[in-house]
Amino acid sequence: MLMLRSDVDIDIRRHGRDSYPEESCGALIGRDGFVVEAMRLPNLMGEEARRHFLVGPVEYQVAEKRATEMGGQLIGFYHSHPDHPARPSQTDLDQAWPTFSYVILAVQNGEPGTMTSWRLREDRSAFDEQAVSVT
Amino acid sequence: MAIQILIPTPLRVYTNNQDTVEAEGSTVGELLSNMTNEYTELQKHLYNEDGKLRSFVNIYLNDDDIRYLEKEKTPVTSEDTISIVPSVAGGSCL
Repeated sequence: MLMLRSDVDIDIRRHGRDSYPEESCGALIGRDGFVVEAMRLPNLMGEEARRHFLVGPVEYQVAEKRATEMGGQLIGFYHSHPDHPARPSQTDLDQAWPTFSYVILAVQNGEPGTMTSWRLREDRSAFDEQAVSVT
Repeated sequence: MAIQILIPTPLRVYTNNQDTVEAEGSTVGELLSNMTNEYTELQKHLYNEDGKLRSFVNIYLNDDDIRYLEKEKTPVTSEDTISIVPSVAGGSCL
């Protein structure tokens, strides 16, 4: 199970609304499956940002450094799906890293809706859904 | 010649939770090959079915992306540090 502190849930939803109709993205920082910070990161996809997101290596390193400085760990990443369901796409699968939680927020007509979390299966064949709890 | 390789968070489960491992080699490609021979579970997450580094896997020699050097043929010395740095990407459709 992935646990989000309530302000993290609010921050991810607010970011999804702010970025609409483009995809938002950011890092999830915490420890032992409990996320205490959603760190906004720039979506580097430019003109394709309505359907794709990209966190580059420099931004990745910033997030990992932030997690270390907080005494925590990088738990995963979130992104939004504007006007699409909160389910991972083939693109998400092809580019996924193991062990990370991938939180997806559906944003319909600018309004944040369903939020789900996924983890890459060990053989990279699929994602498995992970329960999300807001506390 | 053992050279340090920095391991990102999502791959540490495959390196006994170490954030740094050492491997031998005179090029980046040799180092990575020797590393995956020791930590075999890394292979499928770093390389695609054609044996090429996955596009979202970035390899740095010190501060430089090896794509702008000699890629996997980039020579390394004992003074160098190699970093494996993820890009994280996806989206709502292909």
